[in-house]
Amino acid sequence: MINHIDVSSVLRRTVCDLYSNLVTRPTGAAVRTEIENLLAAWRGPSLTVIDFSHVNLLDFSCADEVVAKLLLRFDGGAPPQDAYFLLRGVREDHLDAIEAALERYQLALVMQADDGALLLVGTVNDDQRRAWQALRDLGRCAAEDVASAMGGEAADAAALLATLHERRLVMRFNDMYVPLGANP
Amino acid sequence: MTTVINVPPSLDDHTIEQVLDQVAPLPRDQKVLIDARHTRWASPYALTTMLTLGQTRAERAAFTGPENDDTASYWARTGFYKHAEEIFDLHGHVPRGRNGGESSVLLEITPVAKSEDVHDVVERIQQKAQAILVNELHLDPQATMRFAMTLSEACQNIVEHAQRGGWVAVQTYTWRQRLGRRVVQIAVCDAGIGFRASLENAHGRRISDRWDDGMALEDAVIRGVSRFRDPGRGQGLAGVRRFVGKWEGKLSVRSGTARIAIVPSWDDDVPLAEDLAPFPGAQVQITIPERIPPR
Repeated sequence: MINHIDVSSVLRRTVCDLYSNLVTRPTGAAVRTEIENLLAAWRGPSLTVIDFSHVNLLDFSCADEVVAKLLLRFDGGAPPQDAYFLLRGVREDHLDAIEAALERYQLALVMQADDGALLLVGTVNDDQRRAWQALRDLGRCAAEDVASAMGGEAADAAALLATLHERRLVMRFNDMYVPLGANP
Repeated sequence: MTTVINVPPSLDDHTIEQVLDQVAPLPRDQKVLIDARHTRWASPYALTTMLTLGQTRAERAAFTGPENDDTASYWARTGFYKHAEEIFDLHGHVPRGRNGGESSVLLEITPVAKSEDVHDVVERIQQKAQAILVNELHLDPQATMRFAMTLSEACQNIVEHAQRGGWVAVQTYTWRQRLGRRVVQIAVCDAGIGFRASLENAHGRRISDRWDDGMALEDAVIRGVSRFRDPGRGQGLAGVRRFVGKWEGKLSVRSGTARIAIVPSWDDDVPLAEDLAPFPGAQVQITIPERIPPR
């Protein structure tokens, strides 16, 4: 299931209908809480597109509250639900704030540029990045296919993909992996 | 008895120290008259610091503004008198010029006490900032958003840490003395608890023998330490530092008896000044210089 959240709409609905800027921690916390409420209502595995297209300004504190703290709940072995996130409509100045927030917690996320390109942002090591890029280029495939593309062992690729899955950076359906934003 | 505090003719982040030096030895309930009759120029930092100074007095201070009409009129247009009349007993000529309409004033002196005030400041600054930063100071259009982010974070410092309201102002002016170029300057001042007390409030924080205002500023401004356990905290000033570094700007933060500065190549300030006159709260100044377009 793919859900779409327009962050600007959430901001207007939950904080003030006159605001177009995502600034201050209380604002960020209110927006994140509303996003979490929406997520809780959606059952089963889901990919949520978090759309910043209509957000004018995003400051560092708000990026920490909205993006980093949201991802933090899902990063690791025991996420509260089987949810994945894809960011869209992220401008360069938004990205400055988001990257700074991700770095603080060693988090990473996937975003989709205006031209449709998928980008991995945040803290990942070189091997994880190579595995993610191989999967992105291949589309839905098994660990063995990623290993072939990387020129490595299947067990190593499987371990890397498992880590990426645990970090909610790729989806997994049985033995197949799917990059976020691609057709499962 | 009233003690007269003489304000220098030119008032910036350095010369305002002369004012604070005169006030520091006085008891808070000592009546003072701040005499700015001969002042001809003041930076936004100095204007907001003077309002902050007024807030620190237990006995309401008196204030006499500049005799020079142009200076007095300009101070009125920055919003100084609007707030000064609530803080001081004003003496002498009080200009009744309307606020606004001054192209060099990007943001009039504005009180900041709560999160909503930060939203208001950010909303108000953006349209004017775009025109002035790009067209007049020749900064990259991308700088406008980052400038507003910087302003937001600087203001949030008051909301999150000061435990009382403060002031923000943004103006452009030509800084002939030190730079010979135009600059845009953000000033954010409060009379709150300051960085040292804020960090001392941190849970389980171990205070070393060397703990003082200078160390507190180094922790907060350079190392991104926050009084909150949350690792996401402390990003605001780090973001301000990045913006200032990218645009060859200057950041200085005064708190208590110390002032720390990120000093660009065009300035000769010291990185850390200590043993200044004690003054409550935190006073932040961010200065971004005009970019000289390549010929």
